[in-house]
Amino acid sequence: MQVNAERHWSRTSTLMWIMLILWAFFSFGIHFFVDQLNTIKILGFPLGFYMAAQGSLIAFVIMLFIFSARQESIDRQEGVAEE
Amino acid sequence: MAGKDRSIGGESFLDNLGKIYLYYTGGFFGFVAVLAVLEQLGVPNKWIGYGFVFLTIAVYAVIGVLSRTKDVGEYYVAGRSVPSIYNGMATGADWMSGASFVGMAGTLFLLGYDGLAFVLGWTGGYVLVAVLIAPFLRKFGAYTVPDFFSARYGGGFARILAVLVLIACSFTYVTAQIYATGIIASRFLDMDFTVAVYAGLAGILLCSMLGGMKAVTWTQVAQYIVLIVAYLTPVVILSAKKFGIPIPQLTYGQAIAEITSLEQSMVAKGLANAATLKPHIKPFTTYDPLNFFALIFCLMVGTASLPHILMRYFTTPTIREARSSVAWSLFFIFLLYFTAPAYAAFSKLEVYSLINKGTAIADLPAWMYTYGKLGLVKVCGIDVKSAADVAAACAKIAGHAGQLRLQDLNINPDVIVLSTPEIAGMPYVIAGLVAAGGLAAAMSTADGLLLAISNALSHDIYYKLINPNASTNTRLAVSRVLLVVVAVAAAYTASTKPADILSMVAWAFSLAAAGIFPALVLGVWWKRANTPGAVLGMILGFGVCMYYLVGTRYFAVSFHEMWGWLGTASPAALKKYGELKAAFAGAAPGAAADAAWKALDAHAQTIASWWGVRNISAALFGLPVGFLTIFIVSLLTPAPSKEVQDMVDATRLPSGDLIMQDKGAMAGGH
Repeated sequence: MQVNAERHWSRTSTLMWIMLILWAFFSFGIHFFVDQLNTIKILGFPLGFYMAAQGSLIAFVIMLFIFSARQESIDRQEGVAEE
Repeated sequence: MAGKDRSIGGESFLDNLGKIYLYYTGGFFGFVAVLAVLEQLGVPNKWIGYGFVFLTIAVYAVIGVLSRTKDVGEYYVAGRSVPSIYNGMATGADWMSGASFVGMAGTLFLLGYDGLAFVLGWTGGYVLVAVLIAPFLRKFGAYTVPDFFSARYGGGFARILAVLVLIACSFTYVTAQIYATGIIASRFLDMDFTVAVYAGLAGILLCSMLGGMKAVTWTQVAQYIVLIVAYLTPVVILSAKKFGIPIPQLTYGQAIAEITSLEQSMVAKGLANAATLKPHIKPFTTYDPLNFFALIFCLMVGTASLPHILMRYFTTPTIREARSSVAWSLFFIFLLYFTAPAYAAFSKLEVYSLINKGTAIADLPAWMYTYGKLGLVKVCGIDVKSAADVAAACAKIAGHAGQLRLQDLNINPDVIVLSTPEIAGMPYVIAGLVAAGGLAAAMSTADGLLLAISNALSHDIYYKLINPNASTNTRLAVSRVLLVVVAVAAAYTASTKPADILSMVAWAFSLAAAGIFPALVLGVWWKRANTPGAVLGMILGFGVCMYYLVGTRYFAVSFHEMWGWLGTASPAALKKYGELKAAFAGAAPGAAADAAWKALDAHAQTIASWWGVRNISAALFGLPVGFLTIFIVSLLTPAPSKEVQDMVDATRLPSGDLIMQDKGAMAGGH
């Protein structure tokens, strides 16, 4: 396996920035629009309230499992995975 | 080497983890069933409560004792053998404190939408942990977080700073956990508070002293199972009863819709005051948007900086598992946090329905008396103890018609979770279960924090700075003694019921964020960060944060005098400040001056700020100062040495050996 530490780090950094942008969106961005979202109702939940109570949390969990898998495949492709 | 190692943490144990904890969970359900039967047979509630608390603590203690170890690597990092899912559960228990378990739903009950800042802040931080920090610290191979600071930023001084920040943010936190243990035990078992504190302490010590991280890990997994079962059970039953679907997280949408219509109905009937009612779904009724988002931000970054959380990711077998373990941690934490708003909504619906139907003061429900006696429910300003007293207090209020109004009722946030089983008319066994869950939450967090503090003292201060030649046995002995000393100090502090310590817990997040986060993240992600930059960044970031916290809380008058021009107080508030100040200046020395000062100081605390930011979000100032200082100072001083830069490169690569190797760590020695 070809080891390419530099490319590994640049791909790792790109993934990091993508994750941080998503993190900022679900932590802050979407909640700026709570009043507008609250006009939409799903199962009785006003959407703005729902996003803060559940939606963003679900997004965080899914993001982390995807991150973990993505980083693992980057490590493998660049020949720097463990073992 | 005869046969497999069958002890806890041994080969056979790790191979059969799934089975072991499945049996454990089954056994726990069986135990709950037995107690439920005993209750039906007429065994008094008190004994059911004792049964829950003592049996669960005994199980944790047995796990703790069976996990005893003489190996340094097992003591500090559980032998780096904890699979990611189990480390996720342990982190969940480590993370969710007594306050999360007991108080979170109550906070959401009182604050409505604005309380969700805590739900968001205490979950989203794990994204930062996984992406920016955990895998790199795992690769580094440290025993403690200060280990990393020392290696990356050249030695003792950075290590000492990290230890100081660690202790500053962990000690008040652990005190609050032991306090919570005492409160829960004294409420449910009628124990004296001080006795309960020391009884809880004994349980906590048995779980951690003999086996260090290894013991704490396997008890925390057991505690997670108890706490999540206890948290979900009452609200699942409630949801099934009310809406026919046992998934409260889905059904509480209907509850919210009903709450909104009840809010309007109560106002229309004159049972609630339109000016003070906070509609449940309306944003920014307690925090303005700036403070709402600042709080989320500070809690998240604080999460990613708290040493007792970060050190859990030192225990996984691989870096890959450290990453997936953060995902599992968040999943297990999420199970509780996305349920908390459902608790809040169901309780609120119950309470609002009660008020809306025009309940007379003479007909208050029984649960209000149960918790009123403990000083947790007030009506018309007095504890609900006797119907006559409450009626008399309400009669004194002008225009009171003898019906319970929303503004008459004052509920302590802790009551929401504790009283749900009773309000919904469930058997006492469910209430006992909730108490056991609350204890598990408080004890598991206390274990993690105590270990973080005592490890910093024994490993970072004693072994690394005072006696680097200490033998393995000496190091472990010192660790255990320090653990007991720290635990007793925390229990003593808790037994004095310090009001301030409890409110200061929220500060831990800002302090950790400002003191640790910038140097930690830049240490991995910016090779150019050097020792002078990091050291100054930690001092200034932490210093600014501490200055803001202490200044706005304890020296509010002088803080306002100095920084009033940066504040956002309204003209009316400023006018009031001027009047109170004049009153203080003109008051006769002695009691009158003291009273005037008290009034002035209390008012100053509400207006002393920079741009109106509440002090719970002090890291909003500390963090940028920390980051900027590291940037500027590092660029003005020479780059780190080649060795340090190579070390950073190695930290970034998952493959290869750990950066730090401990000579006493390998089981069996060299």
